[in-house]
Amino acid sequence: MDQIFLVGVIVAKILVIVVGLLLSVAYLTFLERKVIGYIQCRIGPNRVGPMGLAQPFADVIKLILKEIIVPTKSNKFLFIVAPIISLATALAGWAVIPFGKAAVLANINAGVLYALSISSLGVYGVLIAGWASNSKYAMFGALRAAAQSISYEIAMGFALVGVMMAAGSLNFQTIIHAQSGGIWHWYFLPLFPLFMVYWISGIAETNRAPFDVAEGETEIVAGFHVEYSGTTFALFFLAEYANMILISALISILFMGGWLSPFEGIPGLESLFAWVPGVVWLLLKIAFFIFCYLWVRATFPRYRYDQIMRLGWKILIPVTLVWIVVIALAIHCNIGPWFA
Amino acid sequence: MQRLIQYIKTFSLWELLVGLKLTGRFLFAKKITVQFPEEKTPTSVRFRGIHAQRRYPNGEERCIACKLCEAVCPALAITIEAEPRMDGSRRTTLYEIDLFKCVYCGFCEEACPVDAIVLTGFHDYHFENRGENILTKEKLLAIGDKFEPQIAADRAVDAAYR
Repeated sequence: MDQIFLVGVIVAKILVIVVGLLLSVAYLTFLERKVIGYIQCRIGPNRVGPMGLAQPFADVIKLILKEIIVPTKSNKFLFIVAPIISLATALAGWAVIPFGKAAVLANINAGVLYALSISSLGVYGVLIAGWASNSKYAMFGALRAAAQSISYEIAMGFALVGVMMAAGSLNFQTIIHAQSGGIWHWYFLPLFPLFMVYWISGIAETNRAPFDVAEGETEIVAGFHVEYSGTTFALFFLAEYANMILISALISILFMGGWLSPFEGIPGLESLFAWVPGVVWLLLKIAFFIFCYLWVRATFPRYRYDQIMRLGWKILIPVTLVWIVVIALAIHCNIGPWFA
Repeated sequence: MQRLIQYIKTFSLWELLVGLKLTGRFLFAKKITVQFPEEKTPTSVRFRGIHAQRRYPNGEERCIACKLCEAVCPALAITIEAEPRMDGSRRTTLYEIDLFKCVYCGFCEEACPVDAIVLTGFHDYHFENRGENILTKEKLLAIGDKFEPQIAADRAVDAAYR
């Protein structure tokens, strides 16, 4: 009986996370169109429902009602499996994200490792989709995605190594607790170069502008998902946006103190905001990074392919390597307030 | 030294921040969207939209079936048949404009000696069935009746330049 109850609780938690995530993805697409519209002096969608708020649902209904076209010469099994892999990996990463002091689905010891490997698995969906479509553009998109994620995976991993060294743990909760004590204890200050590298390679990992060569609308139509339509396309779309939110959540946890209050340690303000639950702070931080995603997309043109490779291999990786040495020295010398 | 400054600029992402600042400013700039069906952009008095046939103030149609518009139409969009009416005046029995052929050049309006056929400023219209692209005489007169105040006002403003 206890066992069944436990399973029920876990399923309920999963449902809460997944439904919440899907809703946020729906409204993230809406927010993206609004923000980019505003930046371009337009007002974005405002016709469906009050202030256009029903727009995401209209889009979803449209995509679901559309036909799934399977190209004749494609590998049909892999063609269908690819979007499922993409979405599954995008959702699986959320298992280890701590939303509050006790609110976490799976508080595993190697949480960082798990998140890193799951987010890297996502590229298999892209690769398989590109190959199974049996189309030139899809193939190009898949190859680009593969090369790009291999290059940026390394910089991302090294950035995480810095966090692991600073916190001395692979567990997300421990990492967050290690950052407690006020906004100046958060890792984005001592690890600032790694923070920037993680953010840049996070954008590259999720194939978002200005690193969206895998989709590259102006060069290779839609890249890896050029042959997809209807629900299968919706899954890729969902996966991409879920990954965006996941990367924002990871960077909030690893560098911005996760669910810690930014007013911690400030006399007066700390007690004033003590009633705010930790999950609100986490969501605010995620929202900030999501906005940065959209802001960056609306600002910068797409990198040329060789420039992406150069940035990844010749700039980001050396920067992380140097800063890991700096952190090692700082930890060795117990430089405060972070490593005291 | 130059190189050092270059390095500092590159690694502090200076240029990118400048770009972000610019787009950030436009986020709060005044929006220039025109909400089309509710708001409309101003049109010139010479705007060439859908056609209309006008009437004299006493209700008599202006067209005298001279067929100048049919002759001048570069797209051959106008078809006219004419007969003397009961009272002996010359009138059209058939006056049709095919909107699929029409190129909205406005030559018919220029050719017309009695200002009967005109192009109005009304431009957002659509067809839902086959055959609706043919504007018959009745439809043209109806459009003319509907927009007469606007048509007359536009012609009055532009009169000095005709």
